[in-house]
Amino acid sequence: MNFLSAGKVAFRSLRANKMRSILTMLGMIIGVAAVIIMVAIGAGANQRISAQIASVGSNLLLVVPGSTTSGGLRMGSGGAPSLTMADARAIGKELSSVRATSPTMRSSGPVVYGNQNWSTILQGGAPEFIEMREWAVISGRNFTAQELDASSKVCLLGQTVSDYLFGTEDPVGKIVRIKRSPFTVIGILDRKGQSPQGQDQDDTVILPITTMQKKLSGSAHVGSVGVIMVQAVDADSVKTAEQQVIDLLRQRHRIGQGGADDFSVRNLSEMLALAESATQVMSLLLGGIASVSLLVGGIGIMNIMLVSVTERTREIGIRMAVGARGRDILSQFLIEAVILAITGGAVGILLGSGGAILTSQLAGWTTVISLSAVFLAFGFSAVVGVFFGFYPARKASRMDPIEALRYE
Amino acid sequence: MGVAAIEVTGLVKTYQLGDVLVEALKGVDLSIAAGEFLAVMGPSGSGKSTLMNILGCLDRPTSGQYRLDGKEVGDLSRDGRAILRRSRLGFVFQGFNLLSRLSANENVELPMIYDGTPASDRHARALSALSSVGLADRADHLPSQLSGGQQQRVAIARAIVNTPAMILADEPTGNLDSATSEEIMGIFQRLNDERGITLVLVTHEPDIALFAKRVIRFLDGRIVEDRPVVDRSRPPAPRETAG
Repeated sequence: MNFLSAGKVAFRSLRANKMRSILTMLGMIIGVAAVIIMVAIGAGANQRISAQIASVGSNLLLVVPGSTTSGGLRMGSGGAPSLTMADARAIGKELSSVRATSPTMRSSGPVVYGNQNWSTILQGGAPEFIEMREWAVISGRNFTAQELDASSKVCLLGQTVSDYLFGTEDPVGKIVRIKRSPFTVIGILDRKGQSPQGQDQDDTVILPITTMQKKLSGSAHVGSVGVIMVQAVDADSVKTAEQQVIDLLRQRHRIGQGGADDFSVRNLSEMLALAESATQVMSLLLGGIASVSLLVGGIGIMNIMLVSVTERTREIGIRMAVGARGRDILSQFLIEAVILAITGGAVGILLGSGGAILTSQLAGWTTVISLSAVFLAFGFSAVVGVFFGFYPARKASRMDPIEALRYE
Repeated sequence: MGVAAIEVTGLVKTYQLGDVLVEALKGVDLSIAAGEFLAVMGPSGSGKSTLMNILGCLDRPTSGQYRLDGKEVGDLSRDGRAILRRSRLGFVFQGFNLLSRLSANENVELPMIYDGTPASDRHARALSALSSVGLADRADHLPSQLSGGQQQRVAIARAIVNTPAMILADEPTGNLDSATSEEIMGIFQRLNDERGITLVLVTHEPDIALFAKRVIRFLDGRIVEDRPVVDRSRPPAPRETAG
């Protein structure tokens, strides 16, 4: 018996028991749909994390001041202004695995334009700062090294600040007052969205760090900086860069063997990679739980096929009497089971994809329907059909034709 | 009489029924020539159904030999017997044994599905088999839409569609009234006369056995009588459409 006629025979007998076939398929439909939705949600979470990693900038290290011991009291990270502009320059100039570096400073304060004012984060940096964060200037320009050296009163506005202060007006070239000093707006930054911590990264004003130190900061330590941002040459040299920065700063700060660092280096990509692997575990877990329902669907198929084989004992006897071999009967019932499984799988894929799209629209979650998940679900449902259809089909194929013909 | 189509020697069949060993056939010797029409009679449990199952390659003998057209078939595998059934043998049962979801034509196509006949040939051959039993106009009917006699004729068409060497009929008239029984027996006689198909018929009814050319009688697993039929019955002139 060829495959086509076997398929036809199987299809007819499934159609003869429509209700039963549909209910059996429902098990597969729900199972596959659950897998598709869960994997889509997991992949969506993953994608969001990856996007956040990209928004931070790649291959970045943060050198954070602190951990100085003053009078027996150990200060926490950032507790003491131990890093200087000179440190930042040295890192940029002397280290082979460092591509760019920028000292940074953070503060906050009101920005005023006309009768509008807005309190925001003020960030001081070198011209490299926005480039390292992969942040584009969409209007106007970045400040230059000359402006940095001259402590010019220029600033770049984040989208949020620009929106609140200027609305539809073009801010470039306008004068804003930051902590009462007048600053010229020279550029507008591209929208960056939320940080991994959920902060609005566009609610900020960026200015030369030298300007910030001299004009805005009340700090006694003029020349000290907050965090030094370091970008490695490539992903492979992040580790080397980290070690080189540590060695250089220990030497510059004259920390002897065994002495504690008065700074610490944080690897940003590493922290985010951790978050990424956590979501991967979560999506694996979701998919695993959903697979259980696929298994239950498979058991449903086996159950119905066993009933079907018993019910059709006489049919099997007749088919054997007219010359069906065991393998003909086996393939007939196996194909029936596989048709049930893959039809259920196909409907489940459609339903699951629809469900995933609905989830992202109603709940606002990012969902990603990956082609590989769809193929996997489809393939898996076929495997379930073969696996759970085999036992009933083999039972049918091993019947004694005489007994089967006598069955009432 | 020509070459013996079937040669059975020393056929023994025993069943294990619980603790009891039942001897259904106790050494049967039988030879059936090609083109013969044999009626097998005997009371229930005398072993005639067991013989039919073995002759039909549905069952294997415990011991003894069974040669079909000179070839030993008693020790064939399950698959080997299935192939033999669909190519050399045809079955007609008391209860018709048609598949209720398939049309008359599709029921007749069944043996050809398993021997790989292309779909286009199947349909035409089934239709010609149906017309040779006078049912060409009922090809699309389901078994439930046909009378008992018509269903049995569909079964006969199914049995002859692969041009078998032998048809085994197990009480084919058991569920039919006498007029329809005569009709069915007429069809068997015609197949035997015109196509030379060997026929083996199991029956309880002596007047049905008279349609055959030779009668054997079973008792307790042995053949106790074997005689030719002198005064053969002939069915009434065939009517074209029977109800």
